[in-house]
Amino acid sequence: MSVQDFQLTKESRFGTIALVLGIAGLVASIGGFFMDREQFFHAYLVAYCFWLGITLGGLFFTMLHHIVSADWSTVLRRITESIMMAMPVMAILFIPIAVGIHDLYHWSHADAVATDKLLQHKAGWLNTTGFLIRAFIYFAIWTTLAFLLYKASMDMDGGYKDEHRARMKAISAPGIFVFALSITFAAWDWVMSLDPHWYSTIFGVYFFAGSWWATLAFITQFALYLRSQNVLDKAITVEHYHDLGKLMFGFTVFWTYIGFSQFMLIWYGNIDEETLFYKHRWEHGWEYVSIFLIVGHFAIPFFTLMFRAVKRNPAILRVLTLWMLFMQVVDYFWLVMPSMGAHGAADAAHAHHGIGLSWMHLTTLAGIGGIFLWTFWTRLVSKPMVPIGDPRLEISLKFHQ
Amino acid sequence: MDAMTQSRQNFDDMNRNAEKAKQEALRILIEEETDAVLAEFDNPAELLRAAEATRSAGYDRYEVYSPFPIHGMDDAMGLRQSPLGFLVFGVGFCGFLFAIWMQWWMGAVDYPLVFSGKPFFSLPPSVPIMFELMVLSSAFTAIIGMFYLNKMPRFFHPIFYSDRFAKVTDDGFFLAIFAWDKKFNVRETKAFLESIGGKNIELVHRPIEEQELEEATQTAASKTMEVAK
Repeated sequence: MSVQDFQLTKESRFGTIALVLGIAGLVASIGGFFMDREQFFHAYLVAYCFWLGITLGGLFFTMLHHIVSADWSTVLRRITESIMMAMPVMAILFIPIAVGIHDLYHWSHADAVATDKLLQHKAGWLNTTGFLIRAFIYFAIWTTLAFLLYKASMDMDGGYKDEHRARMKAISAPGIFVFALSITFAAWDWVMSLDPHWYSTIFGVYFFAGSWWATLAFITQFALYLRSQNVLDKAITVEHYHDLGKLMFGFTVFWTYIGFSQFMLIWYGNIDEETLFYKHRWEHGWEYVSIFLIVGHFAIPFFTLMFRAVKRNPAILRVLTLWMLFMQVVDYFWLVMPSMGAHGAADAAHAHHGIGLSWMHLTTLAGIGGIFLWTFWTRLVSKPMVPIGDPRLEISLKFHQ
Repeated sequence: MDAMTQSRQNFDDMNRNAEKAKQEALRILIEEETDAVLAEFDNPAELLRAAEATRSAGYDRYEVYSPFPIHGMDDAMGLRQSPLGFLVFGVGFCGFLFAIWMQWWMGAVDYPLVFSGKPFFSLPPSVPIMFELMVLSSAFTAIIGMFYLNKMPRFFHPIFYSDRFAKVTDDGFFLAIFAWDKKFNVRETKAFLESIGGKNIELVHRPIEEQELEEATQTAASKTMEVAK
């Protein structure tokens, strides 16, 4: 195969459609902002977590690939690199969350903190200035890692040197360490602190587990889309899907394991501040969402991906990964939405805590998603769609179980 | 030609005939005792082609040997998917059910104790036990089932009679067709392996004792005499 085989030659409207969808979604969401601010910000946070999780997953995939010197995933590397390069755009899309801090986070209200001993105790971490500074640091770390790795990859395309691979490893090894810490703190700041009295030390891992799981589903879904367009269909074969399937199967169990570990310790400890999190998710209709999460996020992928035939069947995988992406949205919905209405109004006791399903979930998902996909796609097609300079590409192309 | 020369000539002929008879007896004996016909191939690609040819020739009790796994060999040999996965799933599920029953019976029936106001039996604390017992029974099934399906442990196999076969741990690529194949016929199988490019073809058999060979030669001789009469 020559370089031309890996370059998108035919016209594709993917980027244009994504951009139009993104702008339309964001405009509609701004309409929602004027109708119901609280609903808008919560819906935005759900959608933002979903797409940011995938962006972070792309970064993690790339670093993991370098650290373990993986061969098989070399054909997927340019896709994961293009995903992680959407990080600056995701940083810009974070601005609405910073703007909506008072609508989202109870602890950001000075009057609420004044009457709350626990929040006073936590004020050293949970304060508006710290929140914004930390957000800046997280994005600085992630963007730097993404750019350094992408730069190394571009250098490698220009002609392979051993120094390139050494550099990728040297970035990735400390990078994955910093990544683990930053994603944990980010998950505390942006999602866990929605219920500022509640805490769970495993929460960062839970956030990561779901994001990474969705990333694998996204990569599979996207590669299968390319396949349906006859792009890279000779490069990314059933053997690669089989391995992606194994990873998705494994991380289905991982997500469940982490989610259950969090639940069981809280159930056993039976401390008011901790159990409240689950109480909110087991009343006013939320119990159905919780059960749906167990069935849809665990049981369905677990029992289907268990079979070798499923992992090697592109048609089934397309449906299944779409389902998994949907379930990851439900997961963030389940994390974020029960907190809506729990603050702002002085009488938190009268908060409805009901399922705040709204059309804004669709518009924010499409809005952020469209911009993300457009950025990702533009980056991907601007260069050969596989890392042509990597000597392991040959191995990856011939990869066999 | 004098008498002396004549008698020596006769003596030599006799010897030669005896030797010939012995060789013939050995050949028959080996053919009877052959467990497998072993052929060597130069490289993995040839071995892969040979496996395909052997399969399409209708043999199904054959085996290929190489120092490392060869991609595509499963397909070339037409191996079915191992039933191990289903075995593991079944037994793992039983372990899972057993754990639920055990947790309920021990906690709520046999020895009910109140722990920090928790119910005698409930799912959350039982899930780790369900999970662990499922994993334990699955792991045991996977290991024991793998041994069973591979007919292991097995301390000897007729293929070890071949000295050349030791090369398989280094740079030898072998294909063996076994005597218990329905289509097996020593000469035809040997000719077949030659036709698909096998080298150093060997009839793998147990060592033949000298005494055994004498007996076989005599039996053959007496049979010949009977036929002559």
